[in-house]
Amino acid sequence: MKPTSATTAASAASATGATSAPRGRPPASAWAYALLVALGLAAPFLTYPVFAMNVLCLALFASAFNLLLGYAGLLSFGHAAFLGAAAYLTGLAVKVWGLPIELGILAGTALAALLGLVFGALAIRRSGIYFAMITLGFAQMIYFLVLQANWTGGEDGMQGIPRGKLLGVFALSGNLPMYYFVFGLFLLGFWVIHRTIHSPFGQVLRAIRENEPRAVSLGYDVDRYKLLAFVISAGLSGLAGSMKALVFQSATLSDVHWHRSGEVVLMTLLGGMGTPLGPFVGALLAVALENYLASYGSWVTVITGGVFMACVLSFRRGIVGEVLALVKRSF
Amino acid sequence: MIQVLSGQLLIGLINGSFYALLSLGLAIIFGLLNVVNFAHGAQYMLGAFAAWMALHYWGVGYWWALVLAPLAVGLFGLVFERLCLRRLHGLDPLYGLLLTFGLALVLEGLFQNAYGISGNSYPVPAALEGGTNLGFMYLPRYRAWVVLVSMAVCFASWFVVEKTRLGAYLRAGTENPALLQAFGVNVPLMFSLTYGYGVALAAFAGVMAAPIYQVTPLMGSGVIMVVFAVVVIGGMGSILGSIVTGLGLGLVEGLTKYLYPPASDVVVFVVMALVLLLRPAGLFGRQR
Repeated sequence: MKPTSATTAASAASATGATSAPRGRPPASAWAYALLVALGLAAPFLTYPVFAMNVLCLALFASAFNLLLGYAGLLSFGHAAFLGAAAYLTGLAVKVWGLPIELGILAGTALAALLGLVFGALAIRRSGIYFAMITLGFAQMIYFLVLQANWTGGEDGMQGIPRGKLLGVFALSGNLPMYYFVFGLFLLGFWVIHRTIHSPFGQVLRAIRENEPRAVSLGYDVDRYKLLAFVISAGLSGLAGSMKALVFQSATLSDVHWHRSGEVVLMTLLGGMGTPLGPFVGALLAVALENYLASYGSWVTVITGGVFMACVLSFRRGIVGEVLALVKRSF
Repeated sequence: MIQVLSGQLLIGLINGSFYALLSLGLAIIFGLLNVVNFAHGAQYMLGAFAAWMALHYWGVGYWWALVLAPLAVGLFGLVFERLCLRRLHGLDPLYGLLLTFGLALVLEGLFQNAYGISGNSYPVPAALEGGTNLGFMYLPRYRAWVVLVSMAVCFASWFVVEKTRLGAYLRAGTENPALLQAFGVNVPLMFSLTYGYGVALAAFAGVMAAPIYQVTPLMGSGVIMVVFAVVVIGGMGSILGSIVTGLGLGLVEGLTKYLYPPASDVVVFVVMALVLLLRPAGLFGRQR
């Protein structure tokens, strides 16, 4: 998906800003990140820890998705499959097999990356619209498999997943220790995405997004770049899913449902695709909206759809994208 | 034995007729407007609900509903194209997908709010009640009617697009809308009408489906996923291709239900994966 030229310019500016700042003086974005880390550390005291953890899980999910949509220009409509499959496998590993949570998370992430490898290898054989439909189809397949498998709990989902002990020592049953564990994992995932975007690999991804034939003519094996981006994105979505399973101590069908795939598109679009912090803002808004409207039942679906349409019609840069464009215009 | 098999194949044929009708509408819309209409399932649901509401509130029967519901829903589609979809013209087609996805959510949410998620049944019209015993199986008359009418509508659409002057305009618009407009054809109007027609086809399928399946707010979202897979398998390039693929996959589904029931929900997606492996452009598609 091609963002408007202003977004590209803005994201390019923020990308170069991180590397081309004068030596000895940290760039402006470093201060922004420092501020956000401080906010993250203080968050459980400012709001409900479970709310904050939900935001972090979905923000990582949306950031992983944004790596694909915002930087490689690939719209996957089936990312819930990676989130949900990882959540279920982590649940199975920790609850039934009795593995330590570190291994459970690793297993979930690995499964998501593996699924990403298989689905990605097939889906990148078609581009654009077809790519979206293919990923949607595969995600639907995972949904049915989860629904029918005998270890997933079917319609009821998997309940009572223990949070366990970190490194076998620190109990995570309290919300506060769990929050800092999740925050640490989020930072790890976010750092991986940050490094990917600001690497030569990320540059090539952007080149493919802007002009695929030209990238091919420059000798890049475009399919391999796309596939690797897809696997990284799927794996990190899996990490988010594993975290989510431990936070809520459950894995449910809604995690693999296509509504979840649509939700991650919305979070990214609303926050600003192709911007590093857009998905985070989008996730924060989406979770807040969901909490606020929880008692209104299916009006949530209507409002979600309405926000979707408004975003697409008149707000395509998203919140962070608009702010960046405004900053760029004013200075 | 043969009775169970032919029963499942008949169900497959009926599902296939709906897949064909829906993927035909998707293909026509995509061909001209370059938009994947995610709301197609929701519009199919609208058609079924329009028929149900007409009967329930105003006592309007099946035969009138078969005409009026597609007209009403098609008109809604036309207005939607004019007010919203048109503003995305020239942008990446993914935005069209996202906008119609939003519309699908709004429509489903609204109906879920008003009618809950439980099904509403719609009676089979009196003239088509009963059935005939073919010796090896029992053929309900309404189901035979569905298959025949779907085929007729599909064939008529194919004929109009491929063989008439109107269809020639449509195909020309698919190739090069700017040039067509330069020749004095009102292309924007054609866009609206085409979208309206595609949506009306979905609603028509919805009315036909009402007596067979339960009328529920979520009846469309399950079907649309399969129809997308059908479109990936067949390729959206050819109208005949989407009809054949739709019917074929319905039969494959029916056959799977007979051979190994648990796999029947996923078989379409497995076929999709196989086709992507062996013929990435789709069975009837042209590789760009």
